[in-house]
Amino acid sequence: MAGTTRPGLYVHVPFCRTKCPYCAFKSTTETARIGDWLSALEREAEGRRGLFGWYDTLYVGGGTPSVLSDADLRRLMGTLLGTFHFTRDLEATIEVNPGDVDEAKAELLYGLGFNRISMGVQSFVQPELEFLGRRHNAARALWSFDVFRGAGFESLGLDLIQGLPGQTVEARLESLKRAVELGPEHLSCYELGFEPGTPFYEARRKGKLSPPDGDAAAEGFLATSEYLEDSGFLHYEVSNYARDERHRSRHNRKYWRHVPVLGLGPAAHSFDGRTRWWNVPDVAEYCRRLGSGDSAVQETEDLGPDQLRLERLALGFRTREGVDRKNLGDVARAQSLLDRLVMEGLVTVSDTRVQPTREGLCVADGLARGFCDL
Amino acid sequence: MAETRNFSIIAHIDHGKSTLADRLIQKAGLVTERDFRDQILDTMDIERERGITIKSQTASLPYRARDGEEYVLNLIDTPGHVDFSYEVSRALSSCEGVLLLVDATQGVQAQTQANLFMAMEHDLEIIPVINKIDLASADIDGAKDQIDRDLALDPESAVLVSAKTGEGVDELLEAIVRQFPPPIGDPTEALKALIFDARYDPFRGAVASCRVFSGAVRSGDIIRFMFTGKTHRVEEVGRFQIERVSSESLAAGDVGYLIAGIKTVADTRIGDTMTLDDRPADEALPGFRESKPMVFSSLYPVSSDDFMSLSESLEKYELNDAALVYTKDSSSALGQGFRAGFLGLLHLEIVQERLEREFNQSLILTAPSVEYHFHLENGSMLSVDNPTYYPDPMSISRAEEPYIRASIYIPDRYMGAVMKLCLERRAENSQLEYPSSGRLEMRFDMPLAEVVFDFYDRLKSVTQGYGSLDYEMLEYRTSDLVKVDILVNGERVDALSMIVQRDRARTRAVQACERLKETIPRHMFKIPIQGAIGGKIISRETINAFRKDVTAKCYGGDVSRKRKLLEKQKKGKRRMKMVGNVEIPQSAFIAVLKARDE
Repeated sequence: MAGTTRPGLYVHVPFCRTKCPYCAFKSTTETARIGDWLSALEREAEGRRGLFGWYDTLYVGGGTPSVLSDADLRRLMGTLLGTFHFTRDLEATIEVNPGDVDEAKAELLYGLGFNRISMGVQSFVQPELEFLGRRHNAARALWSFDVFRGAGFESLGLDLIQGLPGQTVEARLESLKRAVELGPEHLSCYELGFEPGTPFYEARRKGKLSPPDGDAAAEGFLATSEYLEDSGFLHYEVSNYARDERHRSRHNRKYWRHVPVLGLGPAAHSFDGRTRWWNVPDVAEYCRRLGSGDSAVQETEDLGPDQLRLERLALGFRTREGVDRKNLGDVARAQSLLDRLVMEGLVTVSDTRVQPTREGLCVADGLARGFCDL
Repeated sequence: MAETRNFSIIAHIDHGKSTLADRLIQKAGLVTERDFRDQILDTMDIERERGITIKSQTASLPYRARDGEEYVLNLIDTPGHVDFSYEVSRALSSCEGVLLLVDATQGVQAQTQANLFMAMEHDLEIIPVINKIDLASADIDGAKDQIDRDLALDPESAVLVSAKTGEGVDELLEAIVRQFPPPIGDPTEALKALIFDARYDPFRGAVASCRVFSGAVRSGDIIRFMFTGKTHRVEEVGRFQIERVSSESLAAGDVGYLIAGIKTVADTRIGDTMTLDDRPADEALPGFRESKPMVFSSLYPVSSDDFMSLSESLEKYELNDAALVYTKDSSSALGQGFRAGFLGLLHLEIVQERLEREFNQSLILTAPSVEYHFHLENGSMLSVDNPTYYPDPMSISRAEEPYIRASIYIPDRYMGAVMKLCLERRAENSQLEYPSSGRLEMRFDMPLAEVVFDFYDRLKSVTQGYGSLDYEMLEYRTSDLVKVDILVNGERVDALSMIVQRDRARTRAVQACERLKETIPRHMFKIPIQGAIGGKIISRETINAFRKDVTAKCYGGDVSRKRKLLEKQKKGKRRMKMVGNVEIPQSAFIAVLKARDE
């Protein structure tokens, strides 16, 4: 696919109006710092101006980028367009909260050059939205979707969270059905995680929340995949579905294919093909460092051939494209394991690649582990 | 010689033996308060952790008594496990007296009694010592009553101490000087020195701990070991005062060490007698026994690349442990390794732990076995200590396994539990004896194989620590022996095979399969685990496949985290053995080895 080896640009907007109880992403509700953050980001962008050539993706994520005011958004895009080169077929995505959108906002985003929306719907079932601590309702999500369509967006994606405690397969399919009816180009279906540092994690630790057990989790995961593929979607990564190959997230695929990405903003990660570095996560610290002319980079790691191979295994088995057989290691032992995995229906094998089946995606971490020491 | 006292401390477990030893050392001024570490004599980590003494260590304590004389009090520490009962007997025969320690809160215990019998066998002077008198729950009168009634010792001779606070320790030192007889022996006669322990010093070679019974030895002498016949030139003699302190000579009555350029401790057999080459003694001191391995197991490196490293480590380890014997072995599942013989299961665990801790080895041990005898149809007899060499069942006319006579000392309230345990372990021909009221000695004939695994631990467990065990070898007895194989994912894992008595085969196979199911992690496919005798499956478990094993998100910052996790798992897999496509963790081999939890 054209352009997929060009670098991508990620901008982290570390602000949210409220914190969701399941989310471990770095963000703050101190929106008063937005001005400082933008100034710092401008400095960081300036410092990275010549790092890579032409970018063919821009992804503004967070946090909740839609908390930014019109002026903030104009200023941000002005900075990016003035600092970096973007290709004509740029995929420019912004994450939005359905509650933050109106016609004017949608038109502004379209006008600023965004052509892909990732909307954090999470669920179309009201009690589930309340459980997840979301501030919008299902009707608002449906309306927002139409608003973006009306503003001209041809690539709309919805994020859903599934595998809630006690959620039946039927309840899971209910949200999926509503989502499919909207006709989005992309769907991300994340199984609910319990990340350290989140209220959900604590609740689970205290026994107040119990995630579905292994069998139920697998059943749900496979049901989602089956339903969406039957509905015409392509299950191209563990949690990601696209209407067709063209609508796969070009930006996210860069992470999974070791294509360079420059990340700007607190906690943002960058990778140039061999070296990965990431910024300090704290907004105030990020602003202070850049304000005093220092680097925002917290840590850098150089990846040797073996580390790159491990990442290719970890990432590759998560995608339907799978892993290049060169990465599997010791041929004889890998072959015996492969034979078994094929027999179990977890992977398919061609001359050059090993690709996970639906069932294989469900145990992708296990597949990587199986080959890691060969 | 009149100023020397040689003694040991014997006690039930946890009655404060190590604490008292430490306190005596401290009183003698050998260590300052600042350098004082608890349990100075237990130098190995394993000893500290388990609170048991494995390798005895000796200290010569200088002491100025109230009569104004300077004494040397040689404290000979003894190991406290049945695997090492021979070592204990050699240490005790180097003494004239023992301190018999009784916990004032617990009173006389089974092991106190067993120890007393052993001391009496060696004709030792006994001072009862009542310890832990500082505790609120101390019942000194009760302890005295028991000493009188159960041990038939004079309760008024008992010394009251608190090893913890130091109270009464001065009186104890005086009692040692007054009540223990000085050693006797003629320093002008031919040399007879008993080796009761040996350690390895990387710079000096074997350092033998010895008690001189007659004659004298000094550096430059040529000594001869009366059992091995080997001779060595003495480089140094001296006493143990935490560190070694050299002296001009060791003479009759002395306890000390001897260095003679001896390369390994295997050349200094415990219980052997040293004499002078140019003026040898007529006969050796009595009681020598060659240490004989009772339990056999194979040692494999977790990663087969580490075979050479394991080989080198064993060579070094062997220098310090004369009881370990080993030869090369190989397994289709585990590759190259060693077949080793041990004194017992504790010895086996010690060797394993020390190789892992001190030599940084990752080991897999196979299920321990005793030595079986197979009389074949062709009239020959085959000794087998490794299930791999179990003969063709068609060729066996009669099989035999070694039996022991177990002596178990317990408070009589545990009789039912111990009887049940013993009967489960095929005990027969039981005899009961009440040496005193409330105390019980049970004697059984048992197959050694039933005892070597975890019998001692199980005994301790069902008697809440009060049971003690001693055993002696009986003869080989006819037994119906079969080989149980374990198949993982359809493949026979030779390292898990075991020879067992036919009636026990199913139980053992079921337990092995259960343990493997618990310890082998889930894979991406179902794994059947089976126990089999020949082609007949006698037990089966299945490890289910993973159902879901994937995290939801993997973007910019998640990639590093994923890789680091994978790096950790990759490292973890080095402690796994691949059998076909199944990763068997080292812990699974160990779990099978401890397959009995009845």
